[in-house]
Amino acid sequence: MKQGLQFDDAGRLRHLLTIEGLSRQTILEILDTAESFISVGEREIKKIPLLRGKTVVNLFFESSTRTRTTFEIAAKRLSADVINLNVSASSTSKGETLLDTIRNLEAMHTDLFVVRHAESGAAHLIARHVPAHVHIINAGDGRHAHPTQGLLDMFTIRRHKGSFEKLKVAIVGDILHSRVARSQIHALTALGVKELRVIAPKTLLPTAVENLGVRPCTDMEEGLDGVDVIMMLRLQRERMQGALIPSEQEYFNLYGLTPVKLARAAGDAIVMHPGPMNRGLEIDSAVADGPQSVILPQVTYGIGVRMAVMALIMGGSAEPAGGRR
Amino acid sequence: MGILIKGGHLIDPANGVDGKKDLYIDNEGFVAGVGKAPAGFKAGKTIEAGGRIVCPGLVDLRARLREPGLEYKATIESEVHAAVAAGITTLCCPPDTHPVIDTPAMAQMIQSRAWRFGLAFIHPLGALTQNLEGKRLADMEALDEAGCVGVTNALVPVTDTLVMRRAMEYAATLDLTVFLHAEDPWLRNHGCVHEGEVGTRLGLPGIPEAAETVGVARDLALIEQTGCRAHFCNLSSRRAVTMIAEAQRQGLPVSADVTAHHLHLTEHDIGDFNTQCHVRPPLRSKQDRQGLRKALKSGVIGAICSDHQPHEPDAKLAPFAQSEPGISALETLLPLTLKLVDEELLALSEAIALLTHKPAQIIGADAGHLGVGATADVCIFDPKARWVLTPDQLVSRGHNTPFLGWEFRGRVTHTLIGGKLVYQHATAS
Repeated sequence: MKQGLQFDDAGRLRHLLTIEGLSRQTILEILDTAESFISVGEREIKKIPLLRGKTVVNLFFESSTRTRTTFEIAAKRLSADVINLNVSASSTSKGETLLDTIRNLEAMHTDLFVVRHAESGAAHLIARHVPAHVHIINAGDGRHAHPTQGLLDMFTIRRHKGSFEKLKVAIVGDILHSRVARSQIHALTALGVKELRVIAPKTLLPTAVENLGVRPCTDMEEGLDGVDVIMMLRLQRERMQGALIPSEQEYFNLYGLTPVKLARAAGDAIVMHPGPMNRGLEIDSAVADGPQSVILPQVTYGIGVRMAVMALIMGGSAEPAGGRR
Repeated sequence: MGILIKGGHLIDPANGVDGKKDLYIDNEGFVAGVGKAPAGFKAGKTIEAGGRIVCPGLVDLRARLREPGLEYKATIESEVHAAVAAGITTLCCPPDTHPVIDTPAMAQMIQSRAWRFGLAFIHPLGALTQNLEGKRLADMEALDEAGCVGVTNALVPVTDTLVMRRAMEYAATLDLTVFLHAEDPWLRNHGCVHEGEVGTRLGLPGIPEAAETVGVARDLALIEQTGCRAHFCNLSSRRAVTMIAEAQRQGLPVSADVTAHHLHLTEHDIGDFNTQCHVRPPLRSKQDRQGLRKALKSGVIGAICSDHQPHEPDAKLAPFAQSEPGISALETLLPLTLKLVDEELLALSEAIALLTHKPAQIIGADAGHLGVGATADVCIFDPKARWVLTPDQLVSRGHNTPFLGWEFRGRVTHTLIGGKLVYQHATAS
């Protein structure tokens, strides 16, 4: 049985680097655990002592507000000590390598690193070089993976739709550059949705994307036809420079989610977005703020899901015996 | 007093020899007899080669020795030791050293450094343009005089098509072979893996096949226009070799090589970001590997080379795209080629031809054959010895190889250069 870097010898989740390779059962266990943590945030005293005495370092080589903040809140609600480090690009230009940075922080007896980095594979590299008692959560590496985002999206879908097997899901936007899309795709295929489509112009669809188990679609109205869940992606404005799309106007016309396009989806379809949104570029405000939007609940759920991941990884109670493929 | 290599199976494809034959080497370092002793031959030393293959010393068309300029990675001294331990007696080094090999002094310096160690011969390739900048032509005649066996801009693209045309015309004037790394730099962009399934899964920027085919198409058109003789280095895609095959059919003077690792690995070997598989051009799909193997079998590709690129460990300890490309590959050149024999793609003599006289022909070097009168550069290997590659066995300063842990069959036991025994494996008698 091939375990991969994320699991220890006993088959327990040791790091969370990517959703690829996680079984349906593991994902559902994380969602169930998150369910139990959501209520903590609704209490008067929003703290449980699960990770008391543990040190969590949020190590962000790339700027982020939302993800870093929710990780910080999650760790604090679990009573861990949290340090936030924003390592700007300049410190790497001082000559310190990524592994040097990690080794220095490790020497300060860190238990968990939450890492965001602009390069695909950075979290894997770190995980391969830390001692056994140090855990890594990937908070986004290049275009590769953003597993906690993927998991909180699954949590959101389950909250609003119940189960996954009958769902038709569409992911819309810059699939090529999106770590969020890759994590969503791995999660949704593991959970066995009925149909998964990715919608984008050819310039923003990766080569051989169908090998990931999705149906590529270049026509948005056709792609949205009858879907139960619409997952929008953020479009970086610098994509205009790489000759990937002509203009914001044309992109919005073809791939922006408007009430008209939304009408092609199922009547009770939900609309998601990982944030931050570009209103008027990938999504119309009428949809973002409309009754089918679950964009703000996504953020709330993100805290519970990140608490669950931290608790499972550090508590060591991750998987039920025989729970893996 | 000469050397007798006794009881071995001699394979010398250039002379059509493939059988049990003793090899007699005179005291000047030349082959004096094949199969039977020349008159009055006295062996001062006998190498027992029973059960072993005796073949010409291997000729490697591309190895970076890192000197001058990157001595923290490797040196000429460290790498010529690795070469002879791998049975390689002749190798070519590209001009992308620091400083660049664009002057006769640089070309001579590298050869004289190698000469001092008396191990593998090094034939430099001269720069095609000054400082590889793709603007002004290098002094090709002077480089030729100084011992360069061809000219190339190495991995630096000549983006100005007019400069490329002029460079080819000028090389043709001097009857020099132009070595080409055909690649369209805009299509390569910031890519670091094959644009395909694995790059998509890992979110790594891809280099499309078209980066190679567009480069090959442009260069073939210019070769046709200028009549220059050209050698395409390091082909990686099935479609590119098809284009070379077609050009050869039309009679264009073009040859091509492939690296041993592109014949064995694919994009899938990258797994979860294995930076040891970060090479340029990238490892491509299974179909591409199959296309390269077919072209090797059919003769479209005329040489297997190591494309040796030793690195210090830190060069690979970075996120994939930021790690430095290249494999320390001298010592797996023969073992990986012999694997193609085990896999029944090539006959043993065909495999040896691709490592000896065929690459020697491409650089016009008098090497890679063992007829009477030839310089006695000899590689002896035990074709049955099974071994597993571990870091401590590597002689090269660079330990960056994805083949650690691979089991190989066939191991070099002795290497002779100019009739001198320069390497003997610890277990060999």
